[in-house]
Amino acid sequence: MKLDSLIPAPLRKPAKPGAGNGAKGPAPADLKTAPPERPSDAKKLAGRAAEAPVDVLAWVDQRTAASGFLTGMLFRKVPKGTNWFYTLGSATLFAFIVQAVTGVFLAMFYTPSTTQAYASIAHINNEVFLGAIVHGMHKWGSSVMVILIFLHMGRTFFFGAYKYPRELNWVIGVVLLILTMTMAFTGYLLPFDQRSFWASVVGININGTGPVVGPYLSDFLRAGPELGATTLSRFYAIHMLLVPGAIIALIGAHMYLVVKLGTTAPPWLKADKPKNAVPASQLDAGANGVDQGDRS
Amino acid sequence: MTRRHVFTVASQGLGGLAGAAIVLPAVGFAVAPIFHRGKERWEAVGPVGDFVEDTYRQVVFTETEGIGDAGKTTAYIRRSSKQLGEEPGKFIAVSNRCAHLGCPVRFVEAAGNFICPCHGGVYDFQGKRIGGPPVRPLDQFQARVRNGQVEVGPRFSVTSQLEPVRARDPGEFTGGIWEYLYPPRPSTFPPPSS
Repeated sequence: MKLDSLIPAPLRKPAKPGAGNGAKGPAPADLKTAPPERPSDAKKLAGRAAEAPVDVLAWVDQRTAASGFLTGMLFRKVPKGTNWFYTLGSATLFAFIVQAVTGVFLAMFYTPSTTQAYASIAHINNEVFLGAIVHGMHKWGSSVMVILIFLHMGRTFFFGAYKYPRELNWVIGVVLLILTMTMAFTGYLLPFDQRSFWASVVGININGTGPVVGPYLSDFLRAGPELGATTLSRFYAIHMLLVPGAIIALIGAHMYLVVKLGTTAPPWLKADKPKNAVPASQLDAGANGVDQGDRS
Repeated sequence: MTRRHVFTVASQGLGGLAGAAIVLPAVGFAVAPIFHRGKERWEAVGPVGDFVEDTYRQVVFTETEGIGDAGKTTAYIRRSSKQLGEEPGKFIAVSNRCAHLGCPVRFVEAAGNFICPCHGGVYDFQGKRIGGPPVRPLDQFQARVRNGQVEVGPRFSVTSQLEPVRARDPGEFTGGIWEYLYPPRPSTFPPPSS
């Protein structure tokens, strides 16, 4: 109740039909004998202060008309049977946000130079305050995101949620999967230790085994015939500028379609029968001229 | 054709032109390294007397400049051998880059083979594949003698008959029709004419 009064009226969850009795309470009987005291200035000021957050929200809402969109999105109907499997997409989004936030702060200390990259990572891990934690969140979080995106994809597949009219959202999701793998691949080189160097050599050479375009593709990834200084800065630019931008844009499109089209019920849930449905056996009985009996 | 139509087409055309003026240089900038060939580089790795016919000597030299240790690579060098039917008086510098996916192979003296630690590729004394997943023999570097020193130069790949071709990345076949399926890249040097 108290929380509700803080939310501007257009943002409040609408009351269910028939919840209130619709009438105002009776006027107090002693209104004439003992009129209420006039509020003091301090009380008025306190009242205004208490209203301030609502006023600010209302000011913004009047100029953006965001409340209609927000109520539509936040209080949208979800199907019966919605369960914890439906949180995997949000979990993937959360993992991406963790990667974005920790990545921004890692970039403050990281140097994308072949001679200094390893030292700057060692500096982050060993000397920067909480550096090992932020780097660890980014490193392990990348695996978390890849695992979650596959689980989310599996949920969508096994629940049949990719079918009409959601095919386009499946396609966007597949592109997001590929971009996530690109992030994992380009991020792996950045520490520039032995493991990441040789893993990238092998990964780029796998790209090169594609016929006709392969050799040019691996030259493009390395920015030359050998893995070198430009490879690292190229991977860094792809990792922190190009692909994150594309991922953010596509997540926007992905979520727009989720809200627009709604989610699906799990496949084990049958569609609701109409309340006055007649059992099939009785339909046949009626056709054969037998008494239909009670229809309740 | 109405005035409105003319202006619509003209503004869309100008917009497209302005877009291309931004996108094309950016794409060219990113793609240019594919068509760029660096300067040919030769490095002395030791006096002629250091190298023999019947075994390799490991040398480390710089293949890519300006990136410290990451630009170094390893070659195994020996003199050409009459017993193997090679042209006498030459030096053979075998790259340690596995022709499967580019892991570093090492020469195992006791076996007389090159062995890759990653996926089990095995090459014979001349660098020809004799086991595992590699698709062609080990790459080689051009080698020459200057002032009594053996110098190694640009990398080249070889066919299964050890004929030199332009350098290919690991995992790419050489010789025959493969020369077209894995075309030579402009960023590599022409092979030595043997």
